[in-house]
Amino acid sequence: MPVWETSINSADAAFAANRARMLAQLDEARALERRTAEKSTAAKPLFDKRGQLLPRERIALLLDPGAPFIELSALAGYTFDTPDPDKSIPGGGSITGIGFVSGVRCVILASDSAIEAGSIRPMGQEKMIRAQMIALENKLPYVHLVQSAGANLPQYKVEGFVRGGAIFRNLARLSAAGLPVVNVVHGSSTAGGAYMPGLSDYVIMVRGNARAFLAGPPLLKAATGEIATEEELGGGEMHASVSGLGEYLAEDDRDGVRLAREVMARLDWNRHLQPAALASVLARGANVKPPRLPAAQLLGVMPDDPKKPVDMHEVIARIVDDSDFLDFKALYGPATVCGHAAIEGYPAGIITNNGPLDPDGANKATHFIQACCQSGTPIIYLQNTTGYIVGKAYEQGGMIKHGSKMIQAVTNATVPQFTIMCGASFGAGNYGMCGRAYEPRFLFSWPNARTAVMGGEQAAMVMRIVAEGGAQRRGETLDQAVLAAQEKKIIDNFERQQSAIATSARMLDDGIIDPRDTRAVLGFVLATVDEAARRTLRPMQFGVARP
Amino acid sequence: MKFNSLLIANRGEIALRVMRTAKRMGLATIAVYSDADANALHVRAADRAVHIGGALPRESYLNIDAIIAAARSSGAQAVHPGYGFLAENAAFAQAVIDAGIVWVGPPPQAMQSMGNKAAAKRLMKAAGVPCIPGYDDVDQSEAALTQAAAAIGYPLMIKAAAGGGGRGMRLVAAQADFAAALATARSEAQNAFGSAEVILEKAVIEPRHVEIQVFADTQGNVVHMGERDCSVQRRHQKVIEEAPSPALMSDAGAALRRQMGVMAVNAARAIGYVGAGTIECLLDNDGAFYFMEMNTRLQVEHPVTEALTGFDLVEWQLRVAMGEALPVRDQSEILRRFESGGHAIEVRLCAEDPAQQFLPQSGRVLAWQVPASIVATAYSNVRIEAALESGLDVPPFYDSMLAKVIAHGRTRDEACARLAHALDDIVLLGFASNKAFLAACLRNARFAEGAATTGFVAKEGAALLPTVRSGTEAGLLIATALYAWRAPADRPHSPLAGRYVLPLRIEIDETIYAVCLKPLVDKGFQATCAEEAHEYRLSGRSATAISLRTSTGIETIHFAFSESRDPLVGEAQWRGRRYVVRDLTLVAAQVATAGAAEAVVKAPMAGRVVAIHVKQGDAVVKGTPLLVLEAMKMEHTVAARAAGTVAAVLLAPGAQISLGQVLIRLDA
Repeated sequence: MPVWETSINSADAAFAANRARMLAQLDEARALERRTAEKSTAAKPLFDKRGQLLPRERIALLLDPGAPFIELSALAGYTFDTPDPDKSIPGGGSITGIGFVSGVRCVILASDSAIEAGSIRPMGQEKMIRAQMIALENKLPYVHLVQSAGANLPQYKVEGFVRGGAIFRNLARLSAAGLPVVNVVHGSSTAGGAYMPGLSDYVIMVRGNARAFLAGPPLLKAATGEIATEEELGGGEMHASVSGLGEYLAEDDRDGVRLAREVMARLDWNRHLQPAALASVLARGANVKPPRLPAAQLLGVMPDDPKKPVDMHEVIARIVDDSDFLDFKALYGPATVCGHAAIEGYPAGIITNNGPLDPDGANKATHFIQACCQSGTPIIYLQNTTGYIVGKAYEQGGMIKHGSKMIQAVTNATVPQFTIMCGASFGAGNYGMCGRAYEPRFLFSWPNARTAVMGGEQAAMVMRIVAEGGAQRRGETLDQAVLAAQEKKIIDNFERQQSAIATSARMLDDGIIDPRDTRAVLGFVLATVDEAARRTLRPMQFGVARP
Repeated sequence: MKFNSLLIANRGEIALRVMRTAKRMGLATIAVYSDADANALHVRAADRAVHIGGALPRESYLNIDAIIAAARSSGAQAVHPGYGFLAENAAFAQAVIDAGIVWVGPPPQAMQSMGNKAAAKRLMKAAGVPCIPGYDDVDQSEAALTQAAAAIGYPLMIKAAAGGGGRGMRLVAAQADFAAALATARSEAQNAFGSAEVILEKAVIEPRHVEIQVFADTQGNVVHMGERDCSVQRRHQKVIEEAPSPALMSDAGAALRRQMGVMAVNAARAIGYVGAGTIECLLDNDGAFYFMEMNTRLQVEHPVTEALTGFDLVEWQLRVAMGEALPVRDQSEILRRFESGGHAIEVRLCAEDPAQQFLPQSGRVLAWQVPASIVATAYSNVRIEAALESGLDVPPFYDSMLAKVIAHGRTRDEACARLAHALDDIVLLGFASNKAFLAACLRNARFAEGAATTGFVAKEGAALLPTVRSGTEAGLLIATALYAWRAPADRPHSPLAGRYVLPLRIEIDETIYAVCLKPLVDKGFQATCAEEAHEYRLSGRSATAISLRTSTGIETIHFAFSESRDPLVGEAQWRGRRYVVRDLTLVAAQVATAGAAEAVVKAPMAGRVVAIHVKQGDAVVKGTPLLVLEAMKMEHTVAARAAGTVAAVLLAPGAQISLGQVLIRLDA
């Protein structure tokens, strides 16, 4: 393997400018994440007084010390609760992620119960469903820490109500798929929410605080006139001893977290894991070498102008083991880069863009995807694409059919695929390079990522040409001021939706990552799918039913 | 008489010590062991090991018949008694000899003449050796003793005539205390030595304990090897021993050393002594010395003499037993070696709690680690004699001494500093020990001056107990280290590790610390507790320790756990001090704080119930004696910690109890 000779000079001005911009964008995203966490933490005195842990404290104590944890969809719903970007609290009312509980890799979902009583906020439902899909797809047990007022009534939408049923459907599917569902009821889990413990395999209820009933005292009195206390209708002690909805009664939040950890430990979940092939184990062990080039330089690689070319080898060399990358068809269709590498010992195929997708590049990518499927090698897409190339020569060269072939390959690939939005994601390039609609196992964005069907200016230009053409046919003259206003509106609309923060808010990725963490994140998700591939589940027709 | 195999009628570190030399001399080694010691190190170290009986000393290590049978069945040609147990038992020596086996020790008659303190004093007085005024008559009636006590005057010492090692020994300050002290001294003497006979001695106030090592062969050669100063004692038992004595380091001291040496050699000659022996003296601040007793065996503290002279005293014992002449017979050569040998200090590391009047402890050794610097180099000048390993159970039946640590230096200061550092570095977890106490003694200004007398421990008192510089600092450091320690060893700190603040709750020495721990990037932590905040960075880890970089340096915290699931229960050692740690982070609040108000009396140590002073319904006040336990051959009174009424007595005299067992319930 030739050592990649970097042409990046971290001392030059362009690098410094790129770096400063990237750090500012990262900080913007992190500041929004912090806003949610700080809003939640502001309730600490109240929670302390009630002897409760804050939701993030529950997660922190649930997780194994020092083990990796990837929080997902942290910006979901940003500017959906309120359009005011300075007031909006992203997160959708829950915290989701993948982490280790008693050595078991799990999906974790916790109500952000210190914000609006943990009610499900805009995009919150999608976020929960995404977490459940990740658990299903990656064969991960599911731990749910509930303290939620349920649906957010002031922001009620009928489609939300109807589609929300998927949350319960997925719990039933998880159990039936052979994936344990553990639920800690830290507080309210009422009305529809009562089905969350109902559909869980192991329910831990916190004495005095847990509440699970279909109708609380006021609704009950209104509906039937019966008078009953909350504790009688749905307290932890009642459920643990009378209804049988709870398996374990915890004395407080800490005890509840301890029980959840203990239940996970008792599953002995990794007993049925097939051992990794010896060679892979060795490769993954002490022999894993970090990249030879520093990850910190990833901050300065990407230019602001998507039209400026980037040699994505510079990115690859800062992500993969030992900066070791075997270029596939390096000389054929060189604008599309394909090749083999390993990340934290896990082999992967990498596809990325050094220019627009052209017929040769699309053919090459198709070939490479199929070859990876043949060898069972996961594929990583590092998107930095301005799209498929246009022009007479390319149209006549069969760009459509070659592009279609590539989309067929991406769509039907039998290996896990992952996408990192490293910069530009424009037009059908978003599709061909395994965008969100192609359901890669995970998709993360760098803070500088931009996603749009085309550039805003191009869109505006297209609309101007169309308008001018129409006017010409009708023999009219156009008011340039109106045209300019319309152009600005189009540009604004495009710009507003293309940033990583905007797409992340819409759940079009699984989160924004620090470019420097790319290797760690990819290593983690590769390990996750590797583990899934080595795991045989014990599915059951209807899931575990509670007597 | 030549012999090729040696049975060591002892256990623990001394058994290992004797075996080491025996093996070097090409002798086959035979260990003996009780039920409690089947797993002990000395059993594994020997070429073969013979079981000799039950855990209680009288069933095994004091069981002459069993040991003789073991020697016979194993074909042992010689028996070394070590120290303690039967080492000074003339009947045992005689039984060995009668069995046709070589006895590595003095002739039984010599032992007998020194074995009884009263008889020994009479003998020494006759030989012109200076003795402390006292009473050593055969009339043991209480009236005679009381009368003699009045004649000697107070304060005075009561000592078991047959004993040694501080058992059956009581200091009596005034007439009023005499009767009670006599009773307990007699009872202890009877239990420990099988004889209740006592002697009385005028108490020499704050004397030094200075002893002379003598050696004699069967060819009439007798030499002395200078002195050892064993003034630092607790419960009348030595804890620090050194040579030369700080009191004999001047020219006048050198003269006194020769004077005492001549006296000791004369004393040994007077009784036809053979082998290793020690003449113990009290040295008052005027340079007057009094014969106290002669120990007719190898002393615990013999390595101090070995360090200065370069002799292997066990080898000398074995050679003498083989009929050889003393390897060095030139007294001036031995004195030259001693006086140019620098300074050596030994400490006795004991399973005992200095904070509870040195109450003996027993239990499982969770961690025993000797610093690599000592193990790895022959030039460390620190010697460790121990029979310990992690996981070993320290039984409650035997002496509380676990190990000896000896440092040798060109000067006293050097030896002192070396030894204190070695103690800091040694990891001993599982129960309270006097490790930090010993280090504090070595660092004490009075001790450094060489001014410590037998009153040292009592006088310095609390200053010798380990203190925490700041409880919160220890809490933060230990909580952080504990969290880091719990992280998986293969990937201790993921770059993606959670960044949420952890509300930890760690109990350290019965104080609960609420520590907010925030993991930072790059193995960093920010720990906050009650307004005090520190930043740490993980700088190293092993299976048993975590090193954290702080703003001032690197702190290493050692861990050992008896319960590794939640809640984690165990111990930590930081800067040489031991901390009892419980991770209460995932323990329900009411459970975590319960227990303090429990009205139960728990066994402060494992042992046997000797007497119960209360019965159901009795009213007690704080300090009322409730029952008496015997452990490590010492009797301990368990007193009420608060006033109340006895609700239930849960056991009867004679019961064997374990540490922490509930003995009595009280109603407040």
